[in-house]
Amino acid sequence: MFYTYLRRELAGRRKQTAIVAIGMALAIALVIIVNSVSSGVQLAQASVLESVYGVGTDITVSQAPAAAATPGTGNGAPQRFDFGSADGAAADGTTTISRSRLTAERGTETFASTGLDTVRAVPNVSAAAATLLLSNSTFSGALPTRTEPGATRPSTGQGAQTPPTGGPDGAGGSSFSVDSFTVLGLNPADAAVGPLSAVALTEGRSLASTDAGAHVAVLDSSYATTASLAVGGTVAIAGTDFSIVGLVSAATADSATAANVYIPLDVAQTLAALPGQVSNIYVQAASSTDIGQVQADIATALPAATVKTQADLASSVSGSLASASSLVSNLGLWLSLIVLAAAFLIAILFTISGVTRRTREFGTLKAIGWSNGRIVRQVGGESLVQGLIGGVVGIVVGLAGILVINIIAPTLTAGASTAAQVAGRGARAAGGAGGAGGAGFGPGGGGFGAATQAAAQSNIVLTAPVTVSVILIAVGLAVLGGLLAGVIGGWRASRLRPAEALRSIA
Amino acid sequence: MYQLTNVTKKYDQGKRSVTALQGVTVSIPDGQMVAIQGPTGGGKSTLLQMLGALDRPSSGSVVFETEHLGSSDLSSLGDSQLGRIRATEIGFVFQGFNLIPTLTAQENVETALAPLGGTSAARRERSAAALEAVGLGDRLGHLPAELSGGQQQRVAIARALVKDPTVLLADEPTGNLDEETRDEIMDLLEGLWRAQGLTLIVVTHDSAVAKRAQRRLHIKAGRLTELA
Repeated sequence: MFYTYLRRELAGRRKQTAIVAIGMALAIALVIIVNSVSSGVQLAQASVLESVYGVGTDITVSQAPAAAATPGTGNGAPQRFDFGSADGAAADGTTTISRSRLTAERGTETFASTGLDTVRAVPNVSAAAATLLLSNSTFSGALPTRTEPGATRPSTGQGAQTPPTGGPDGAGGSSFSVDSFTVLGLNPADAAVGPLSAVALTEGRSLASTDAGAHVAVLDSSYATTASLAVGGTVAIAGTDFSIVGLVSAATADSATAANVYIPLDVAQTLAALPGQVSNIYVQAASSTDIGQVQADIATALPAATVKTQADLASSVSGSLASASSLVSNLGLWLSLIVLAAAFLIAILFTISGVTRRTREFGTLKAIGWSNGRIVRQVGGESLVQGLIGGVVGIVVGLAGILVINIIAPTLTAGASTAAQVAGRGARAAGGAGGAGGAGFGPGGGGFGAATQAAAQSNIVLTAPVTVSVILIAVGLAVLGGLLAGVIGGWRASRLRPAEALRSIA
Repeated sequence: MYQLTNVTKKYDQGKRSVTALQGVTVSIPDGQMVAIQGPTGGGKSTLLQMLGALDRPSSGSVVFETEHLGSSDLSSLGDSQLGRIRATEIGFVFQGFNLIPTLTAQENVETALAPLGGTSAARRERSAAALEAVGLGDRLGHLPAELSGGQQQRVAIARALVKDPTVLLADEPTGNLDEETRDEIMDLLEGLWRAQGLTLIVVTHDSAVAKRAQRRLHIKAGRLTELA
């Protein structure tokens, strides 16, 4: 009787069933989509962070840049390239000049590498690695060869002024360019944690412990392509040629690795004249539950350091990925809750309305001996099935929505300019033109600065994963909504007294 | 069957108290056909609710006695006990038929068997037989909306009788029917009463219906009198 009555009621009151089911379906579909997109955004954030911080890095330690004591000094100050009169090579009236500098990356501060030992001594630190992030800048150009005072100038006769000659254009002009790329010095023995732990070797080999002191380099494959460099060739860093032994790329497509070039830490310190200095320490905690305490302990041990966890870093992801994250976590969450509450309310109100409309029906059933429990079960069963119908439709609609998102595969831009700065610089390589190319030293000036400050962006394709938990949540919500409406409606029906119910009809 | 002693029923309507029954004392033996008449608002339906274990008196006692249950004072029983008595011993027929619109004729009749348990096959068999007994054997799968008023009342009678009750309470059973159909329904009820040995209590405005009864009671302003 229960199932027959249930089936007949739902079929006979199609409008109410449809409205309740549609309301529930919309709410559940929205919850599924928001939940799935939220998971996708989190995966994208993790992907961005892993590509620059490495897999398994729980904490990063850096030092906030100190204010320069005098203008024009420090890592944030403009760089100068001084040339003496004897510098450059002259040929055919044109003098070519070139000078490279390897300095700490702008916006970073170096600190003593003894900080690594301090970090390693902190309880529950399972691994730690130090890196030195540098920027290699090469200023090169061509200008007319300078004529010494008293030298004989070519005569043009008739007292006319001598037209300018020499230079790259043969008419006395000049041309300058600035090339800049990031160099990350790291200890190959500590590669299990830190930037190189997240990369994939695409060609050659990675840095090995035996490479300490050697002039060998591993390049980011995107940078290598842009700069036309290959394994077996050389790359000049601070005027010194390094053998390219391997290429690496981010594990996730369209992401960048932490730097353009990777070299042994000791070599980087020597070339940059920063002996015993590092710019970042990457820390892995013994377990996820230890991260908070390890962070606090490191902050205590290194009071001048900036200590950040992955949670802190996630908030630093910028670009449209951050906007999507914000949208999902704010608007999406609240929208889901509001629609869900509205759907529950609709289900409850319709059930109560249905009970009121069926007063005579329930009064009659009580008159012929139906117990309160039987009537509550009947009303509850109807609401539960309405909720489940809504749940099934909602799951189908939600999965369709997820499918559409995955087919469209919206591309989000992401950067991770954090206190550590590594993310921003690393992502620059994948950003393409600005980072790797040389900047013309033209009339407008400022090209170098613009190149250095170029916004570092990676492209991440947003995928919305479907998980069993999402489906279970949807089913759970459908059951909850149905039960809630059923319990309230059933309670109301059970309170009807048969005599009053029949009298109200009369 | 019934022994009502000094039954009074009052309803509170805000600050006012309305007395629907005043000191009603009456005895109704097994197998009797009784008609209760009276003006609107006189207390007919309230008296029927007391007899049908749908409500309890404010004071007095309603003793109900059957072979199965023995003697019970309905005024002192709980809701579940009253529900059980209604499920097994009392059949109701209402003026408005009170069929469930989404269920077929057979399913409507089955609702009276649901509280009694049993298999669905047994319920189907009994409900079909009950509908056959009221002349609707060919209308089992029809919805109430697909039946005439007289046919709907026949379904309601089948529902009331399918559980083999000891008493059948009919509240204006022909109030919504034309004269011809009224006579058909009353013929049916009277026939079933005779055939099954029921106690039949009919509340009616209609003197033609009341005249069929063995005994006629009149109730006005909550006071019950016996008509000759």
